[in-house]
Amino acid sequence: MLKVLNLEAGYGPLRVLKGISLHVSPGEAVAVIGANGAGKTTLLKTIAGILKARCGEVVFDKRNIHGEPAEKIVARGCCLVPEGRHVFSTMTVRENLLLGAYSRWRKDDSERINASLEQVYNLFGILKARASQLAGTLSGGEQQMLAIGRAIMAGPRLLMMDEPSLGVAPIIVRDIYKTIAALKQEGLTILLVEQNARAALAVADRGYVIETGQIVLQGSSRQLCDNPEVQRAYLGKEYRRIDE
Amino acid sequence: MDQANLHNPEYETMPRDELEQLQIERLQSTLNRVYRNVAFYGTAFDAHGVNLERLKDMSALRELPFTTKEDLQRSYPYDMFALPLRDIVRIHTTSGTTGKPIVVGYTQNDLRDWRQCVARLLTAAGVTEHDVVQIALHYSLFAEGFGFHQGAEEIGASVIPASLATSVGRQIVVMRDFKTTVLISTPSHALNIAAGLAEAQVHPERLFLKLGLFGGERWSERLRGQLEEQLRITAIDTYGPTEVMGPGVAGECHLRQGLHINEDHFIVEIIDPKTLAPVPAGDEGELVLTTISKEGFPLIRYRTGDITRIEPEPCPCGRTFVRVARMMGRTDDLILFQAVGFFPAQIEEILGEFEGTSPYYQIVLDQEGGVETLQIRVEISAQIPQLDEVKALEALQTQVAKRIKSALDVEARVILVEPGSLRQLANGTERVVDRRPG
Repeated sequence: MLKVLNLEAGYGPLRVLKGISLHVSPGEAVAVIGANGAGKTTLLKTIAGILKARCGEVVFDKRNIHGEPAEKIVARGCCLVPEGRHVFSTMTVRENLLLGAYSRWRKDDSERINASLEQVYNLFGILKARASQLAGTLSGGEQQMLAIGRAIMAGPRLLMMDEPSLGVAPIIVRDIYKTIAALKQEGLTILLVEQNARAALAVADRGYVIETGQIVLQGSSRQLCDNPEVQRAYLGKEYRRIDE
Repeated sequence: MDQANLHNPEYETMPRDELEQLQIERLQSTLNRVYRNVAFYGTAFDAHGVNLERLKDMSALRELPFTTKEDLQRSYPYDMFALPLRDIVRIHTTSGTTGKPIVVGYTQNDLRDWRQCVARLLTAAGVTEHDVVQIALHYSLFAEGFGFHQGAEEIGASVIPASLATSVGRQIVVMRDFKTTVLISTPSHALNIAAGLAEAQVHPERLFLKLGLFGGERWSERLRGQLEEQLRITAIDTYGPTEVMGPGVAGECHLRQGLHINEDHFIVEIIDPKTLAPVPAGDEGELVLTTISKEGFPLIRYRTGDITRIEPEPCPCGRTFVRVARMMGRTDDLILFQAVGFFPAQIEEILGEFEGTSPYYQIVLDQEGGVETLQIRVEISAQIPQLDEVKALEALQTQVAKRIKSALDVEARVILVEPGSLRQLANGTERVVDRRPG
């Protein structure tokens, strides 16, 4: 469904992605794990069209989307849940969600959009309960759910998520990942970037490890969990060993 | 296509474009890792001015330096490992007949991939969970016995680790009493077993064998025919140098038209061993392999020293993995005679065309009055009594010499010798005798 080949991107003179290649097949959940500053967010932003790639290919549904504007990429069915939520805090939860369906107004009648809204309310009961509350009054975890819900409102076929567990209480992380697993179960294709390797690899089928803008490891989630380097750097196995 | 013959259908029949994407992803991550973790590659890439960020497709592989057997020997024992020893869970070595042995380390993931690769080979050959598999290979420092063993267990066959420590006689008793259906061995040991059958007065019909998988040494089509006839089996060729992983790198499917390389784990190149440039598609040359999934002991552009060619057409079996022809020889086997190069294997194939000759032969190179001479000594087959006639013998000698001249463009003197007189050479140690000065 998504194929990335030799992607390079950065900010001004700063080169962040140094030739990234990866793919996501339909129905798969793929995790990209890596430390702070490895290039995970840049990768998602570049795929989503927010950041312009310097070179390389981004192929979505057999079509090269490299260079297309972000809104067109969303309309094609490739949606990003940004890091740090970015919900519109002065709008209500319901308004935030409906805004997510912005790209569908012209094509879809309101009935189908309402169906999507129901789908989101089913996934996140808390959002239904707080539908008319201002988004700014939600807790961090609830805002994260709202951000995911808003992306689902766009009717994506590929959902990209940037650090859904960041700054969220551990108990909420579990809830969020339960939802991600449920979305995958429904057949949604997912590309997830995470520092929380343990949570991400638990839900993903496959994963890539990114270090200083390069992929250094890839494989099934099980293989990555069994890889000694991943264990040391991202799963904290050594640390626990000392601890125990 | 018949799914029953596939162990990992999602990989073995992966469309080429998806496979190439997988290969480039795995190659790039392997290169990034070896550059950081293996001092040899860090130095070699820097010395060659390799910019890993510029490696965008398979053709860019050519910009990378080769790894040779000598490089691996120099790194004895652990210098080529890409991970610290505590992450390694298995260690094997090569025999070290020519210099220091090469030490190979495997991580948990490496062992898992290895099992899968061997299981694919066995499944492709037709081995199933209902088979009784007798493994007559070294279970020691060398990788072959363990490699096949794990793969056979993976598919659920009943595995007998007979090893090579068991005598031929005992091997045959086990084979008969345990109702072995699949023999895994070296071709030369299988030949010993076949010869032992007659001595033990066990008729092959009383065995339950149906399949043989052989590897570890080069063997001719003629030897294949001989093993198939004497053991009543279908004989399958497999390939896998220990340095690269061990058995499981490549193997024939049931169609037996070349060996499928497990391309999701290994990238194949064929180069001219002299110029080191890639040969045109389908031409013979040295097999070069790059591992793209190994964690413990990755190899970049490893020169195997084996001569083969890529079979460019897709295999009718449905696997999308590329095939290489059966190994034709080793680069170090190349004989230069009167400025013409040829391999002993080519002589062997020619001899195989003639009834009346046996697979046992010796090549003797000498010099007489400043002129190089080539003598080919061939055992006559014991099964053909009419060769007693001197005329018939002479005719056979002339025919073989003519055929060699037309095929290889070298003048050879063919000498037929008594059955049994060259048999001890079967292991190939003295197949070529070079008495030329200098």
